[in-house]
Amino acid sequence: MEHSSLAGRIFRGVALTLILIFFMFPIVWIFLMSFQTNEQILRIPPRILFEPTLANYEALISGQLRTAAGNLQISFMRNLFNSVVLSSAAVLLALLLGVPAAYAFARFKFRLGESIAFTLLSFRFAPPLLVLLPLSLYYQELGLNDTYFGIVWVYQLIALPLILWIVRGYFEDISPDIEHAYRLAGHSWREAFTRIAVPLAGPGIAAAGLLSFIFCWNNFVFALILASADKQPVTVGALAFVTASGIQYGQIAAAIVLSVTPTLLLALYAQRYLVEGLSLGAVKG
Amino acid sequence: MARLEINSVSKAFGAARPADGLSLAVEPGEIVAVFGPSGSGKTVLLRMIAGMFEPDDGDILVGGRSVVGAPPERRGIGMAFQNFALFPHMTARDNIASGLRARAGGGDVAGRVAAISRLLKIEHVLGHAPRELSNGQKQRTALARALIGNPDVLLLDDPLRNVDAKLRYEMRLELPNLLRRGTAAVLYVTQDYREAMAIADRIAVLIDGRLAQVATPADIYAQPASVAIARLFGDPTINLAEVSPVAEHGMLLATVAGARMRLGAADGAAPAGACWLGVRPEDLAVSSASTDDAIPARILAITPMHEKAVLLLRLADGTEWLAALPPDAPQGAADDAVFVRFAPDAAMLFDRATGLRIGASHRLKAA
Repeated sequence: MEHSSLAGRIFRGVALTLILIFFMFPIVWIFLMSFQTNEQILRIPPRILFEPTLANYEALISGQLRTAAGNLQISFMRNLFNSVVLSSAAVLLALLLGVPAAYAFARFKFRLGESIAFTLLSFRFAPPLLVLLPLSLYYQELGLNDTYFGIVWVYQLIALPLILWIVRGYFEDISPDIEHAYRLAGHSWREAFTRIAVPLAGPGIAAAGLLSFIFCWNNFVFALILASADKQPVTVGALAFVTASGIQYGQIAAAIVLSVTPTLLLALYAQRYLVEGLSLGAVKG
Repeated sequence: MARLEINSVSKAFGAARPADGLSLAVEPGEIVAVFGPSGSGKTVLLRMIAGMFEPDDGDILVGGRSVVGAPPERRGIGMAFQNFALFPHMTARDNIASGLRARAGGGDVAGRVAAISRLLKIEHVLGHAPRELSNGQKQRTALARALIGNPDVLLLDDPLRNVDAKLRYEMRLELPNLLRRGTAAVLYVTQDYREAMAIADRIAVLIDGRLAQVATPADIYAQPASVAIARLFGDPTINLAEVSPVAEHGMLLATVAGARMRLGAADGAAPAGACWLGVRPEDLAVSSASTDDAIPARILAITPMHEKAVLLLRLADGTEWLAALPPDAPQGAADDAVFVRFAPDAAMLFDRATGLRIGASHRLKAA
């Protein structure tokens, strides 16, 4: 890297800039759109310079969607709140269940162990719509339709296999000798699990948790079928922006910016755990 | 003060039997080296004592109390691992203190950590994470962690395997004193016979899951119970020749590459039939003068190793032997014709069928 020529460095800079623009442009454009009115957005040719307005954000936060055909009630903030609650609860539950299970699958050989692990993974094979039809019938019978718990439960189909399989690999990478050493020092297996295995698998747990949070957050179809308006997350709530008098691009853009923010914050927070290579240097090759 | 007793312990993994009726006792304050080629079951034995595997059969006692079935944390065992197994998310200090906190529940943790790290010369790195330590420092940290709780039984699984040669020599000198400070019964697994001989009071030779011989280092070297053990101890390895000794005038004689060699006095246990003759390379004398009790040979190559010179010899019948000579001894040059001698009492005889040493059966019992 240090010995590359000037031309090489220039080329690399240009290439990186192009790639960055390619990936960042939609996000930047949406960010800019969120400060424009529908008329400004639909202007041809589009302009980079415009007079910014906070009207879109006001509309979302106040719940009053102004369209050409009059005022509409939207519950965007309620949807956003639902998304936060549902995704966080689903990931927390999946971590509580999945991390100990991943440890068991990594450390112990037991009857049907591989089959159970594979069955859990196979939940991801079936198209969600196929699963949903019978599931919605069960949910009606059980009274789980349109409850937070019902949706958190169905989100386990997304989060649990992911956490189980990612974290299992991280546990398998920890030398069992490290845990043996801790137990010989006079600690129970429970302490060895909580003070050695879990901290060392920390980056994996953070990665798996973040990924499942993103997948739960972006899920659309489960909540569409199983929840009514007041329990629906932003993904479903965004349908409200398609109104009789047209699509409200400005508000959609603002809604996207608002709904991306929690995930983005979480990812930034989790990043330091993701890159922390704790197990480096612990055990010789 | 607790004695470690292993009573006919067996363990099988499928077809492999890494432990096959092992019995061994280690007294408090004694260091026993478990030595054997790789795959002979050394580590499995240690792990059964530590409680990572349970034996299929037999019993393990610490201080007269069976520990089979007890969880590892209640066995009173300290262990240092070949791969160090330090806790990577803790500093060296916390690594060492981890054992004490669990056992004593406080006490003078800081004082004892300081004392043991002074002894092991790692005081200056106590604040470092394991990844910032050199291999030698990691090994010392792991040893400190195993030693600090004053365990009844101390298990060391090839602790010097992953440290460099200079440090290994240093540790070989330091370890016996360090390990004898306490009253722990020490089991020291190693693949290096020199390490076993330098550190241990007794050596238990493990071959294919069985104890082939348990004796002091000097005894094992001078009186190996079998040809397999004789080959494991010594560098260069022992020279072997196929012989059929005969008794004549009260002397045992054998023909080696055409020369009649005296093998010591023929006592009651005169060998019958085919034997292996074993002679250690350092017991050979090489000269250019021919006598009737010398084996004619040719020097193929000479490796000067500073403290000794190793000669590769081809005997008259084509067998290749090694001779280790003091560096100041006349050596000759490659392709010289020479004559090889050894003293009768340097010759060891092993039964060719069983590999057991002839006239050494009483020593096996001592195991």
